[in-house]
Amino acid sequence: MKVLFHIGRYFLLLRDTFSRPEKRRLYWQRTLEEMDLLGVQSLGIVALLSFFMGAVITIQTKTNIDSPLIQGWVVGFATRQSTILEFSPTIISLILAGKVGSNIAAEIGSMRVKEQIDALDIMGVNSAGYLILPKILGTMLFNPFLIMFSMFLSIFGGYLAGVGTGIVSTEDYLQGIQMNFNTYHVTYALIKTVVFAFIIATVSAYQGYYTVGGTREVGISSTLAVVYSNVVILIVNYALTQLLLI
Amino acid sequence: MIEVVGVGKRFGSTQVLTDINAVFQKGKVNQIIGKSGSGKSVLAKCIVGLHKPEEGKVFYEGSSFHDMDRDEKRQVRQEIGMLFQGSALFDSLSVLENVMFPMKMFASMAKSEMEDRAHTCLKRVNIIDKDKLFPAELSGGMQKRVGIARAIAMDPKYLFCDEPNSGLDPQTSIVIDDLIKEITDEFKTTTIVITHDMNSVMETGENIIFIHKGRKWWQGTREELLGSTNTELNEFVFASALMRQAKKAMGL
Repeated sequence: MKVLFHIGRYFLLLRDTFSRPEKRRLYWQRTLEEMDLLGVQSLGIVALLSFFMGAVITIQTKTNIDSPLIQGWVVGFATRQSTILEFSPTIISLILAGKVGSNIAAEIGSMRVKEQIDALDIMGVNSAGYLILPKILGTMLFNPFLIMFSMFLSIFGGYLAGVGTGIVSTEDYLQGIQMNFNTYHVTYALIKTVVFAFIIATVSAYQGYYTVGGTREVGISSTLAVVYSNVVILIVNYALTQLLLI
Repeated sequence: MIEVVGVGKRFGSTQVLTDINAVFQKGKVNQIIGKSGSGKSVLAKCIVGLHKPEEGKVFYEGSSFHDMDRDEKRQVRQEIGMLFQGSALFDSLSVLENVMFPMKMFASMAKSEMEDRAHTCLKRVNIIDKDKLFPAELSGGMQKRVGIARAIAMDPKYLFCDEPNSGLDPQTSIVIDDLIKEITDEFKTTTIVITHDMNSVMETGENIIFIHKGRKWWQGTREELLGSTNTELNEFVFASALMRQAKKAMGL
């Protein structure tokens, strides 16, 4: 029953979030601020993770298929496929759920316990719309760029690691990353990214918006935001893969 | 004028408010007093619509607030200014931006006009040259004054103050009380102050409602308050040493 209560309240919050904004210009301005806070400021961690994950994927692929029967381009091919299909859209989204999701829940939760959300409501401001909608738009608009950036860096990291350690030649790697390239896989990855961005922003905002208590509860909301965002992303990832790839 | 008719509020199985009836008059400082946990803040939240009462209604100028649609409620709320216990200023906005916030959201004014209006409001509460500071850089008293400036920025018809003196020293409390009284006279607002500070009650209270165990126990003026024979009210009023001495001096 409690799960149904939360699901119902989540959708009611979404209804309020998407109701008519008071001033569109202000919302757009806040969306740009959120793109900077939640997106641009995540570039560093995304770059670091992507580069090294790409490198590790290349080395592990090579060490696991080290057979004279398997051609050299397979390493580049496997790195590209792993990166585009799963690593960049899903794993990076899970990591962003930790960074961005906890940020959203903590910010909105703190505003709730400090009565700032009550202040917005009493002024007649649609607090859900004003606080949450720019975060949803900011993440949904910016995360695809983050993920494209991640894909590029991961494949590049794989190249440097593979060629740098001598386990794969430049020609083989470049041939591998171009082999049977299906642009739909990038579309699929970006669809997943946008859906995951929506999940991260809304699930985390829900946790923050309904925080009751004090600083301890803000911490709990933050943790729950990350946990639930991750769980929902994993379930939806499975559903989207089934829907879009098979 | 705000009228509360038969308001009752429950949280789960706990009845917090029972059959509250009261009229809050225009141009007066109406005070809701009572011990901590008596239900006075819940009553205030029912009046401003942050809580929906299970029983009864709240009328703003004769219109039932809880029967209004979303747009009508927003319209009424834009006429409400509220000073919160913890000031509830937006941490990420400067003092000036905090005061300008309601205008930015609802008024069709040029930025320079908004700034002028915000400066006027800040000057009115004696906050000068602090425009660029952030709430965390202000003292508790200053935060309260900025909160009042934000509350009056849109010329409100109704002013709510939730424990305006909590956490303030006696001198600053007097400043805040005086400001609330002056603003009520100046703007002719229907002012509702939730407090348990007897100094404040004796300074500014004009229409006082005593809430005890979630019920309206007594209503009257501050002159009537001292002479009241209501046991629970007397226990509350004369709980402080200062008030006991005053009672003795008056031979009550």
